[in-house]
Parts: sequence; structure tokens; C-alpha cells
Amino acid sequence: MTEVLVLIDHTDGVIKKVSLELLAMAAGIGEPSAVFIGPGADAALATLGDHGAKIVYVADSQAMLDHVVIPKVDVLAKLVAEKSPAAVLIPSSADGKEIAGRLAIAVDSGVITDAVAVSADVIATQNVFGGATIVHSKVSKGTPIITVRTNSIAPVQSGGSATRVDVAVEISASASATKVVNRVSVAKSGRPDLSEAAIVVSGGRGVGSDEGFTKIIEPLADALGAAVGASRAATDAGWYPHQFQVGQTGKTVSPQLYLASGISGAIQHRAGMQTSKTVVVVNKDADAPIFDLADFGVVGDLHSVVPDLTALVTARK
Amino acid sequence: MRGSFLSNQGVQVKICVCVKQVPDSWAEKKLSASDSTLDRASADRVVNELDEYAVEEALRIVEAGEGEVTILSMGPDEAADSVRKAISMGAHAGIHISDPALHGSDALATSLVLAKAIEGRGFDLIIFGSESTDARMSVVPAMVAARLGLPQMTFANKVELSGDSLTIHRVTDYGYDEVQSSLPAVVSVVEKTNEPRYPSFKNIMAAKKAPMETLSLADIGLDASTVGLANAWSQVNDFAERAAKAKGTIITDEGNGAEKIKEFLVTQKFI
Repeated sequence: MTEVLVLIDHTDGVIKKVSLELLAMAAGIGEPSAVFIGPGADAALATLGDHGAKIVYVADSQAMLDHVVIPKVDVLAKLVAEKSPAAVLIPSSADGKEIAGRLAIAVDSGVITDAVAVSADVIATQNVFGGATIVHSKVSKGTPIITVRTNSIAPVQSGGSATRVDVAVEISASASATKVVNRVSVAKSGRPDLSEAAIVVSGGRGVGSDEGFTKIIEPLADALGAAVGASRAATDAGWYPHQFQVGQTGKTVSPQLYLASGISGAIQHRAGMQTSKTVVVVNKDADAPIFDLADFGVVGDLHSVVPDLTALVTARK
Repeated sequence: MRGSFLSNQGVQVKICVCVKQVPDSWAEKKLSASDSTLDRASADRVVNELDEYAVEEALRIVEAGEGEVTILSMGPDEAADSVRKAISMGAHAGIHISDPALHGSDALATSLVLAKAIEGRGFDLIIFGSESTDARMSVVPAMVAARLGLPQMTFANKVELSGDSLTIHRVTDYGYDEVQSSLPAVVSVVEKTNEPRYPSFKNIMAAKKAPMETLSLADIGLDASTVGLANAWSQVNDFAERAAKAKGTIITDEGNGAEKIKEFLVTQKFI
């Protein structure tokens, strides 16, 4: 069976869920091989094998940490040339998309971003225009390079094990043209990552203030173990930081449950969340377009409904 | 954390800002039934709003010292309006690449065209918005950097220029990376990097007279066989509008709204 390369997204060997999802997707196309770049491969080997990887290609050198994006392109380009894989699957993060784009140029191949499914004959499904249109497309030149969104497929434990194969790559001149001089971690809330979360609790104009977010939206999110999102109206007003904005500009999310409070549902917002599996809405305005997406909706004041709901959810635990 | 610290007093900086004309992000967008490309007539055409941050960043850099900002766009004839619109924020000149053969070009072709148009003009910085609100691929800045062989300084929420040394804060999921390069370089800036200005009346009038080059593929030395829908590296097999969602249960809160949501969440096994 032809190999399918999967670029593993990880932090020092701690594998992100999306990487295991991509291994499951790769198994539907051919034989999954993981590509692990940076330190921590030994810690990750068993998990990758257990999720379907037969081979784990490892490129671990200081150069991989000193520069962004391009060393990873160099590794993948070498492997594509040597292994002629059926496809290369890459997580649809900011880095992942840039890696895919540059790899496409390096190996003269087509690139498709933000796929939510890839068939056995490598036809990709994308939800474009914020999920309003479903597109099937394929790469017509070279090796298909496809970035895949988080939560597109469930990881599968195969009980297998993987062989480590080290790859020596001399990084290109363009890789060394940019240098990372400092990595800065910003304190995290302890909540799940917005783009990976199974549940998102989101607030909009109706929340009314930054205090509304800390006293009404965040407690419900914490009771549900959810990430917090915000509409553009709320981030533009400065009530919640911009990195939590869900919408046409901002993050695209596709959680199991999306709970929207005080969000009217302009296209700008719907474009970032309408592929959510289940949508629950609280809004004062019965005519708000967000109700068109609701599986369950309450016409009412979020300032009383949401705190009551938080209390009920907490009481059940 | 945001904004620019600039210390390029007296230095001439030549900046190219790439902008894209897109359907208004507050409007519904469609694909055209005939060839599965964007139906550009289905919505109002505007400058991609994320590109306004790129124009603003370029203007701030030039205003801190000396230099000029050129707006570059590839797109159909109507895209000339968006070039003028971007110039009216305070830029100095425009380049519009327009050719019927470009219709349906993918990101690989677009990056090739932009790189060809930029090559040899002596720009110190090429600045992009981090993505377009229609295709949302976020790959063209990296691809243009690859094609020009220039440092890729993308996803910046802070841009700092000191002499010919460039430092950016590249946004990451844990915070940011501080990345350095020399000039010339390709930069992309993320949303909310700065506060894009509104065009002043004076600049709107000046934009009407600003020099504008309109170039064909032949003018930038490219053959039609390298671009366009027929030569794209990927193709759309088919597409469909998402079926409207079945109407859910909507109730009016009579003091029991929270209880009803809780019951729904229990039935759906979320709690």
C-alpha cells in the first residue's frame, strides 16, 4: 500500500489531538506514516503507533527550533521526493497552512486547505463560505497536499506499533533567513483551546460588558468544561480579547455543542460556527437570525437564563 | 504588545502592499454554477478588510521616516477600484494586474503572478493581510516569500523596523515568537494589529491622480499556460449549498428557560 505522510503537530512530544485524527484519515487512503519534527519523538512513538502509524520519520535538530515553517517544508519535500506518497496530510493551523503552501511550490503540486474529509481516491471535502457551501475538489498536479481541520474525524486506536526512522535534512538558505530569537508564552486560562474544544460557550452584544463575560459567560463555560468564544461585536467593544473572536474574521469552530448567548447571528458570525453539530441559543430578540441555526433556543434575557443554567449544570455534577 | 516601534528616521523605505478585492464579508457568498469559481457579482466588492491592517502598517512605517507605499492587486477590471480605495488611505501608487487568462487562478498561480510583478522593483518590504475573507487559505504571503526567495515574516501582530533589521511578533497558539530577519522581507499582519485609518478627503482626491500601472500577463513576462482555471494545480469536482437546518425547538422564557436548556443538554448527553 502507498504511504500517506501525516505531519504531527506537537509541543515537545505532547501530541495534539488533530494529529491522531489525521492518522485515522490517512488510513482511509493508504498506509499512514507520521512525520515528527523537533524534540520528543521517543515519548510520542508508542502513541503514534497505537493510532495507525507504521513508520515515524523523525527530524530532530536545533535548526527545527531556530526557524519557523521552512525547515518543516524542507523535511517534507525530501520525504515526498523519496517516498512518492499518495498524499500529505497536515493540520489546518496557521503554521500548517503555510507549510502546505510552500511544500506545494517545492514539489510542484496542488494544495487544498481546510478539508473536513478526504476520500480513498483523495477527493477532499471543504465547507467554504463559513459552511454555506460544500465543495469536493482534488489536486490535479503532483502529490496531493491537504490541510485538514480539527474535529473532522475520530482518532482510531489500532494497537499497532511504529518504527522510528531518522531523517537527516540540511535546511535551505531561506529557512535560515528568519530566526526565532525568543519564544513567549502568554498565561493560559486553563480552558480548552477554542479551535479544538468539544463545547464552546459564546457571548455577543447582548452580554453588554466585559463584566458580563467574566460573571455570566465564563462561569457557564467552566461548568461545562467549555472554551469561551465571542462575537465580533463583543471583541470590537473591547469586552473580550480578540483571539477569542468566532466568525468570518477570527476563528472557525466546529464543536459538538455551541451555546450562543446574546448573539444575533449576522453572516459574519455564522460563517465561523455554522458547522457546529448542536447549537443552543439564548437571545431576547425572537427574530434574531441565529435562531435559524438553533437545535434548541430560548427567547429570553441571558442575564437571568445563563446564570440559572450555570447553577443547574453545577448542581448536576 | 501591539503597534509599531519605529526608528527608521531619514531612511527611504519602499513598501509594496498586496490587496485583494473580495465580496463584502457581511454578505452571503456563492460559487458560480458554470465553472465553480467565486461568483463575484453575487455580493458588493470591497477591499479585503484584513488587508487594511497591512496598508495601515505600511503607512505608519513610511510616516516614521521617509518612503513610499505602492498598492498591488491581481484581479478583474473592477479590482482597480479596490486599488484606488487602498491608495486613498494615503498610499502613493498602484499596480493592477488584470488579464482574462487569470480567471480561476489558484493560490499557486496567484503567488506566481504577484512575485513576478514585485520582482526587480526594489521593494524593501512586501506586506499582506494574513488572509482573505473569501478563500481564507492564508497561504499566499508564504508562497510569495518562497517564490521571491525572501524571508517569510508572517502572522505578525507587531512589526518593528530598525535600519535594515526587521523584528516581528509571530502569533502562536501559546503566545508569540519573536522572529528576526534582514530586509527585503515578506510580512503578513493579523487582524487588529493596528487601527486602520479612514481615507481623508485630501487623500481620496489624491488617489484619483495617483500613478497607476495596469499590466497584463505579457507585461510581467508570464505565459497564459501557467495560470487560470484550466491550469490550476487543483480542481473543483462539484459543490452544493448546505441544506437549511431543520427548525429546532424554540421556546419563550417564562422563568423556566434554564431548566428547559438543561433538559435538552441532558437528552443530548452533554451533561
